[in-house]
Amino acid sequence: MQARIRLRYRKERAFRALGMVALTFAAGFLLFLLVTIVAGGWNSFRQTQVLVPVTIDATVLGVTEAQARANPEALVRANFLGVTAASAERAFGNQAAIVSEGAWLAVRKAVEDDPSLIGHSRNMWLIAASNIDQLAKGRVDIHLPEADRPVSNSEIVAWKQLQATGKLRKVVNLTFLTGADSIEPELAGIWGALKGSLLTMVVTLAISFPVGALTAIYLEEFAAKNRWTDIIEVSINNLAAVPSIIFGLLGLAVFLNTMNMPRSAPVVGGLTLALMTLPVIVIASRSAIKAVPPSIRDAALGIGASPMQVVFHHVLPLALPGILTGTILGMARALGETAPLLMIGMRAFLTSVPSGLTQPATVLPVQVFIWSDDVSRGFVEKTSGAIIVLLALLLSINGVAIYLRNRFEVRW
Amino acid sequence: MSMSFALLAIVLLAAASWWFGRQRGLAFQVATQHSLGSVHSLPGYHGVWVALVALLPALAILAVWALVKDRLIATEVLNALPAGAVGSSPDEQRAFLSEVRGLVVGDYAAAFNPHAATAARLWVQAASRLGWMFGSAALLSGAMGAVYAWSRLTPGFRARTRVEKFMLGVLAAASIVAIVTTFGIVASLLFESFRFFQLVSPIDFLTGTHWSPQSTAHAGDDASSGFGAVPLFWGTLFIGAIIAMIVAAPLGLMTAVYLTQYANPAFRKVAKPVLEVLAGVPTVVYGFFAALTVAPLVRDLGISLGIASASSESALAAGLVMGVMIIPFISSMADDALTAVPGAMRDGSLAMGATPSETIRKVMIPAALPGIVAGMLLAVSRAIGETMIVVMAAGLAANLTANPFASVTTVTAQIVALLTGDQEFDSAKTLSAFALGLVLFLVTLLLNIFALGVVKKYREAYD
Repeated sequence: MQARIRLRYRKERAFRALGMVALTFAAGFLLFLLVTIVAGGWNSFRQTQVLVPVTIDATVLGVTEAQARANPEALVRANFLGVTAASAERAFGNQAAIVSEGAWLAVRKAVEDDPSLIGHSRNMWLIAASNIDQLAKGRVDIHLPEADRPVSNSEIVAWKQLQATGKLRKVVNLTFLTGADSIEPELAGIWGALKGSLLTMVVTLAISFPVGALTAIYLEEFAAKNRWTDIIEVSINNLAAVPSIIFGLLGLAVFLNTMNMPRSAPVVGGLTLALMTLPVIVIASRSAIKAVPPSIRDAALGIGASPMQVVFHHVLPLALPGILTGTILGMARALGETAPLLMIGMRAFLTSVPSGLTQPATVLPVQVFIWSDDVSRGFVEKTSGAIIVLLALLLSINGVAIYLRNRFEVRW
Repeated sequence: MSMSFALLAIVLLAAASWWFGRQRGLAFQVATQHSLGSVHSLPGYHGVWVALVALLPALAILAVWALVKDRLIATEVLNALPAGAVGSSPDEQRAFLSEVRGLVVGDYAAAFNPHAATAARLWVQAASRLGWMFGSAALLSGAMGAVYAWSRLTPGFRARTRVEKFMLGVLAAASIVAIVTTFGIVASLLFESFRFFQLVSPIDFLTGTHWSPQSTAHAGDDASSGFGAVPLFWGTLFIGAIIAMIVAAPLGLMTAVYLTQYANPAFRKVAKPVLEVLAGVPTVVYGFFAALTVAPLVRDLGISLGIASASSESALAAGLVMGVMIIPFISSMADDALTAVPGAMRDGSLAMGATPSETIRKVMIPAALPGIVAGMLLAVSRAIGETMIVVMAAGLAANLTANPFASVTTVTAQIVALLTGDQEFDSAKTLSAFALGLVLFLVTLLLNIFALGVVKKYREAYD
């Protein structure tokens, strides 16, 4: 008997430990994921620069100082690429690939600020090429044989020399935060994708919030119990469970191929995501409206308000925190969504920041997807960096939702 | 008149109408000396009614303009050009017009067709003239509407009733969006699938075991081969319903058991947000993690186990990560189901001397089983519809294999592969994506209906 009880208690402890193990596994996985991504990505917020004596030769440039002063437009077409390449070659010989191909932009910026630089030489910090950047950040195992690593022996030699002579420095990577996509990892930025995301979200919010809230009001307060209302309810519940990629197919077939809307545009992406988010908002809004006690409706009706006045003057303001929380959570889901946007062509390679709702654009999660396809070491880092930005954005959005819920939600 | 200018003018008109209507309403109140009930509606309702009557016809005319704009201008431009400037076939005309549009917008600096520059000038003229025509028509009708509505206002005018009727119409219209969306999904999937099934027989599609649509992308080849979708269905089930559920079902259930039965409230308060974060991580992040971190680990594991064919894009890596993704889903459904079991059943079992774990296994879980099963079914439906993890980690090789270290592909991964990149919309290859989408839609729909049915049927037992 004693032995059996001991056995049963042992089983009890084992079962309990099993539950703990399951939870620890889930939490551990989350931690592992976050640590991996942060460790791989935080370096993308730093940029390696190399000190180069740049000689801005007016003959190579094709623009003299006088011309530049008279007509600043002339600098736009001037040969800064040649000037930078020549300077890099003078400084590093055949190791000119130390300097990024996009470094000339910094030289042009300097000359635009101060045209008197033309014809003179000056030491400038220029963006280093991706391989040097990765070496400087210690992201490459230099003890591997040359064939197994992405950088060559000569690059390692050059990097060690630069490091020893203090010609390398690491600064905050403004390119990453303000630029758009690029073929070169050291020049790629997320602002283009982030702005695409914001534009898309504006469209999504502008459609799904009013339509969702109004649908919820109609279903909760006005709809008669009939077959028509049942059909509406069934379709909303079904839409909530439809895989997101199906909405992408809908967007492709209806918005692009039937209505001939522009491909890759935030307005189409926003519409598609709005349809996807709609059921989430309707369901959240309905429960928020349901939570408003009937006594409030009765009191308003009792002093002569019309049903419409009851809803818009009394029920809606009280339900609004709940509706907004649901909307924000729906937006957060839409912001992280990738698959439907791939269907409508928002995976284009774009080197400029989108400027309008009908311009081609991409969004943050799709940018993550595009970069993750790239094998080069520099893009692995950028992918993780973009994920950090995406997760930070999602966390702050959810934080706002939780704050709103705690601050304004009334429990009756 | 440009569209935005016309819109702005109409909004201003509506604002003015609102103000005049409201003033009239206020005047009624003054005229009747604010005696209760002598004016039917509040002044604001008079204003809104006048504004609505101004707004609606004007917006309707603008909408018509936006719809017919391009066609109308194009006809006018083509008629104005000298005969023979553009070929008469529709294709030539379309190419010419897109060139002209490019010139007008400023996308092209110069055009190939010598008449395009003239046409572009004509286009701008026609657009401006027609724009003014429609814009002024819209404004005029709006103004007439406002004057008419304003002149009809009387103290007894039932402005509130009318405005509320309109608002009810708006509410009903909003609720129809959901139906239209459902209809749009079903119609577009059915329509495109129907076109696909004209090229490929549905039986071949549903029972064929060879999937290689890329090779039949060219017209003239035997279009019906290479569209056997069984390997995709198997891959989808293998990753989403088998591997992912082997991971997620026990972990999700045990998590819920621990949180509802053992954990104290303070611990719950910490653990729940962790699960919520797990559920809120975008799937593309899971996909990246699966492809970059989990997949190499799985491949090394496979090789160390002596499986030479272990691929870096394995079903196991995708399934494992997908399993973790749906843990919070199963856990929250099981949580609800366990909480709904009446406390008396648990107390009764504990009072009989059963240990908590015996109570959970023999009383709580059987009682909560319908809810738990429904949760699992919903989780499966979510897993098979999940896209990014399989696109990034499972690969595109359509293998019919039960080896978890081999690469398999899924319905969703193939839809993405078929529809990204260059596409001719009429090829069997792109249309097959819609057929796959239709299957996916139907299967998830059935799973959901079935799951909800299970809950509905067995739930009442303890209420």
